Amino acid sequence: MTEDAQGATAMLADLATALVSGDVDVVDLTHTLDPDFPVIVLPPEFGQCARFRMEEISAYDHRGPAWKWHNFTCSEHTGTHFDAPSHWISGRDVPNGAVDEIAPERFVGPVCVIDCSEGAAADEDFELTPQVILDWEATHGRIPKDSWVLMRTDWSRRRGEAYLNMKDDGPHSPGPVPAAVELLVHERGIRGFGTETVGTDAGQGSHYTPPYPAHHILHGAGRYGLQCLANLDLLPPRGAMLLAAPLKIRNGTGSPLRVLALVPRAG
Amino acid sequence: MSVPIERPGKKNPQLRTPVPTLPPVPRSRAALGLTAAAAEGRFMLQHCGECGAVQYPPRDACGKCLSGDLRWQDTDPNGQVIAESTVRVSTAPYFRERGDWRIGTVRLAVGVSVMAYLHGDVEQAGPVRMTARLDRAGQGVLVAMPPRATPNMEDDKILREMTCDPRHRRVLITDARAPDALALAKAFLDAGATKVFMGESEQWRGHAERAALSALEGVEILPLDVTDTRSVQELAGQIGGKTDILVNNARFIRPGGLFARGDVTFARDEMEVNYFGLMRLAQVFGPAMAGRGADGVNNAVAWVNLLSVHALSNLPQIGPFAASQAAALSLSQALRAEVHGGGLRVMNVFSGPTEDAWHQPLPPPKVQPKALARAVISGLRGGLEEVAVGDVAKDMLARWREDPKVLEYELTRMGGGDA
Repeated sequence: MTEDAQGATAMLADLATALVSGDVDVVDLTHTLDPDFPVIVLPPEFGQCARFRMEEISAYDHRGPAWKWHNFTCSEHTGTHFDAPSHWISGRDVPNGAVDEIAPERFVGPVCVIDCSEGAAADEDFELTPQVILDWEATHGRIPKDSWVLMRTDWSRRRGEAYLNMKDDGPHSPGPVPAAVELLVHERGIRGFGTETVGTDAGQGSHYTPPYPAHHILHGAGRYGLQCLANLDLLPPRGAMLLAAPLKIRNGTGSPLRVLALVPRAG
Repeated sequence: MSVPIERPGKKNPQLRTPVPTLPPVPRSRAALGLTAAAAEGRFMLQHCGECGAVQYPPRDACGKCLSGDLRWQDTDPNGQVIAESTVRVSTAPYFRERGDWRIGTVRLAVGVSVMAYLHGDVEQAGPVRMTARLDRAGQGVLVAMPPRATPNMEDDKILREMTCDPRHRRVLITDARAPDALALAKAFLDAGATKVFMGESEQWRGHAERAALSALEGVEILPLDVTDTRSVQELAGQIGGKTDILVNNARFIRPGGLFARGDVTFARDEMEVNYFGLMRLAQVFGPAMAGRGADGVNNAVAWVNLLSVHALSNLPQIGPFAASQAAALSLSQALRAEVHGGGLRVMNVFSGPTEDAWHQPLPPPKVQPKALARAVISGLRGGLEEVAVGDVAKDMLARWREDPKVLEYELTRMGGGDA
C-alpha cells in the first residue's frame, strides 16, 4: 500500500470513529416523500410534475401473508430532488448530463451555506445577489471551486399554502438573480446550487433574463441543482460534506434522493 | 298532505345499525323494461307494434294479437284507483319492517289496469298520475301519485323509500376545486341537506371558490384527493359512516385527440382521477354506505357519478378523456351491483360540454354548473339511475339508444360531435 493509500485508509478510519463518537454528525437535509408535499405548479395546459403516490401491494395479509410492500410513483422532480443538466434546454447537449451518466464522485463534495434566512423572513421575494455572496466571502473566505453552495432561507419550515406561496401573479419565494448564478458558476466554479424552496429559482424567476437563471446557467454549464432541502440551519457556513446521490435512472433528468451532510460537531 | 319527516337526532350508539333488507328482486327479462324506464323517471308500458294494444303486466307476446313486436313506449300516466288495500302482514322482512303499505289497482286512461303502490295523498277511488320508480332493490315498480302536488308529498313513506331526497341527509362532494363545486354545494343545502362535506385536494395551493364555499353554513371542507389511496381511506375513516349521498365530481380533462401529445401523460391523469379515483372512493365508501342502507331517516341512499355523455360513444377530439369516462361508466355498473344489497342507488349524470376552462373555446350550448346541480337534485328526488343534462347530452343519449353504431359513425367519421 502506498503512503497516500495508507493515509486515506487512516482518514476513513478516523471518519468512522468520528461518526461513532459523534464528532461528526450526519444531518438529514431531506423532506419526507409524502403525497401532500407541494410540487411545482405549471399552467394546467402543460404536463405537470407527478405527486408522490403510494399503493399497498400487500401488508401481511391475504395479498401477501408474510410481507408488506408498496408501489410508489412520482416525478423525477418530486420532493427533495436533484436536477441534472439535461433537465434544462440549456443543458441538453452537456456531456454526461443525465443522472445515470454523472460520475459518482460528483455526488460527494464540500458545501458552503449562505444564510439568507433574515432577508427571506423580511421579503418573500428576497434575492440572492452577487453582493450577498461577496459579503459572505468577506466573512467566511472565498467559495472553494467545485463545492456545493446552498441558499439557506428557512423556507423549509413553511407549511401548507405558505410554501409555494402562490398568488394570482405566480409563486413568491426567494432565489438567486442571474448575476449571482453567473458569479457562482463562472467565477467560483461551483459544482451545484441548492435551495429550500420548490425550485432552485425564485418563485418569480420566470421574469429574469434569462428566465429561471439558476436552471438556465447552472445546467447550461453542466452543474447540478438541489431543491426542497431542509435543515440547512444545522449546517455550518463551510466545512461540511454533502452526500447527494440521485437514483441511477437511464437518461433521468433528476431524481428524488436522500441528501445527507457530514457536519463537524459544533463547539 | 303528508306528515313532514322530522330532522333525525343523533344516532344511539348502543343500538345495532339495522341490516338493509330488500323487496323482492327477481323480474322476467320482459319486466326489466319497466326498471329501465324507471331508471330515467319515465312511465312506460309495452305497446303492441301490430295492433297497438297496451300491455300489463309486461310480457313476451301481445295479449290481444299474440304479436311478439312489443315496444316500451312512454304512456299516458293518468288513471283512477278502482280498488285499494293496505298490506299489514307480510312474510318479507323488508315489508314487515316498514309496516302498513298501501297498494291498489289503477285503471289507466289507456285502457289497462295495473297494480301499484299508492301515495298516501291519493284519494280513495281518486284520480292518479302513474309513475314508474325504482324500489329499494333497484327494480321498477309503479307508484300512483296524486294528480297534483300536495304539501310535503315527498315525505310520504312509500315515496321516501323509492327516492334519494337530500333532505335531512349528509352529502359528500368529492372535489371542492371543480368548477361545479359551489353550485352543487348550494343546491344540496337548498334541498335541505343537513351537511355538505367538500373534499379538497392539495390544500397547499389555494383556489378561487374556497372562500365562497367556506362561507356556506353547513359546508365542511375536508382533505380528499381521489388520486391518493391513503387520503381516500382517511376521509372514509372519518365520515364514511355519515355519508348518505356521495357525489363524485372529481374530474380531470385535457382536450386533445389520441395523437395530440403522442404520450400518455394526460391520459394517465384522466384515468387516475376519473377511473381509479372512482374505484378508490368505491372501495372504501361503497361498503360503508351499503351497510347503512336502512339506517333510519338519514340512511345512505345514493352514489352520484358526474360523467361525460361521451362515456357512451367516443368523441375523437377528446378521445382519451372519453375513454376514461367509458371506464368510469363501466365501473359504475360494477359498483351498482356491489352496493345493490344495501339498497344504494348509483345515479349517473351525463353532460355534454360543460361551462369551464377546458371547454372555453366551444360555442354554446354548454352545461352551466347550476343546471348540472339542478339535475343532480331532481334526479335524486326522482330516485333515478340515469340523467342527461342539457340538450347535447339528451340528444346524444337518444341517438345512442337508437343505434350506437350509427352514433359512432356520426362522431368519428363525419366530423360530428359537439366538443
